[in-house]
Amino acid sequence: MITSDLTAERIREYLAKGKRFDGRKPEEMRELIIETGVSKNAEGSARVKLGKTEVLVGIKLDVGAPYADSKGEGNLMVTTELTPMSSSRIDLGPPQFDSIELGRVIDRGIRESHFIKLDGLCIKEGEKVWTVYVDIYSMNDDGNLFDAAGIGAIAALKTARIPQYDEESGKTKFGEWTDKLIPLEKNLPISLTVHKIGDNLILDPTKEEEDISETRVTVCMRGDKIHSMQKGNSKELTIEEFNKVLDLVERTQKEIAKQIEKQIK
Amino acid sequence: MTTEFKRPDGRKINELRKITAKVGVIPNADGSAIFGFGDTIAIAAVYGPKKMHPQHSQNPEKGTLRCTYNMMSFSVTERIRPGPSRRSAEISKITEWALQPVVMIDEFPGQVVDVHINVLQANASTRCAGINAAAMALAHAGIPMKSLVTSVSMGKLDQQLVADLIKAEEDWEEGEGPTDIPITMTDDGKITHIQLDGQITPKQLKEAVELAKEVYPQIHEAQMKALKNMGEEK
Repeated sequence: MITSDLTAERIREYLAKGKRFDGRKPEEMRELIIETGVSKNAEGSARVKLGKTEVLVGIKLDVGAPYADSKGEGNLMVTTELTPMSSSRIDLGPPQFDSIELGRVIDRGIRESHFIKLDGLCIKEGEKVWTVYVDIYSMNDDGNLFDAAGIGAIAALKTARIPQYDEESGKTKFGEWTDKLIPLEKNLPISLTVHKIGDNLILDPTKEEEDISETRVTVCMRGDKIHSMQKGNSKELTIEEFNKVLDLVERTQKEIAKQIEKQIK
Repeated sequence: MTTEFKRPDGRKINELRKITAKVGVIPNADGSAIFGFGDTIAIAAVYGPKKMHPQHSQNPEKGTLRCTYNMMSFSVTERIRPGPSRRSAEISKITEWALQPVVMIDEFPGQVVDVHINVLQANASTRCAGINAAAMALAHAGIPMKSLVTSVSMGKLDQQLVADLIKAEEDWEEGEGPTDIPITMTDDGKITHIQLDGQITPKQLKEAVELAKEVYPQIHEAQMKALKNMGEEK
């Protein structure tokens, strides 16, 4: 069900007064709940809830060949599945653009921020490296899968153990793990998406709000640096608005990073 | 022989793994449920009845039940490539067949009820967990049903019949090896689904079905209990 014009109008009216349907302030996130270790056969896994939005993320590792331009580094692969389970709007069939974009945006946040120390995932330079698969599944889409997916990826990566590797055969011993975690940087790459509705900038939209969002900017920051960014949808942003987006992300990402650290201990 | 037989996880031959059952796990869905046999966990979500698209797939005489079974890429130790496979296509169809006899879908001509099943974590018997979750999710969605269905995978390890197989038993190496027999039944003991891989005599198979009937009430009870408690869950 697409959000009706009437609801859209009401959302805008509320926002003009700095209010939202669920009582949040425009810049306020929904409650974040992170649960790790939700799937035993995965190297690491996490269930993340932002309000009613829920994603599941699992990490798998396998030994493969490195890319020619990064012979001493492990590989990273992020895939997303927007499951029909998660919303009546998603149909069965090949991945749609939404799903592809989501995967790519999360991938770039992790990759560009160098959160994973990929050089620590090299087994034999030029021949054998670990490939890290980050697989993201939407379970319930009530808006802002982007940020939930980003948080889920971090939580799952932080808890992922490296499997045993059999040097003789050069193969992964699936289902047997070492005590080693994936080598990660200390600071977390936090990806946050700011939406513009009318003259308002909001964080963490519900599905209704996302429907009437005119444009969005996803920014991934690790520590003090911005590492990736993507603007989606066609509405323009003024420079003033853009600066506000950056300020908002900078303020909020620290808080989210703290919450993640706290919840996955 | 019964007393001597040791299962890898120490269970008795007719002992099920710990059952988890809960409805209302996917807020967006019209009905949803999670069902687990120990480490095997399946989640099912129901959407519908809703208009069938494309139009040429509509059945003007009765509604359509459409099931999709999927294993999450990380649900097993060696990653599965995400997306449909031949195996998942077959299990999807088997699941539909297991549920169709009890789902009173004739009342919804031209419409479809979608059941989406995802396996979160696998240690054998995933299709049975999926069917159990699907039956609960359909009931939770208020789709008229003649009864629930209840599914369990029976096994024969060498010569010993057991209930609720785990992976270590599916790979049984002694004697005649493993025989895997997932069976689904209605409340009044009619079989809506049965599959078999391995080797077994007709006599043993009959015994397996009887043993399945013995363990069903525990599963059925867990399903019903979850449905009765759904008021506070949704």
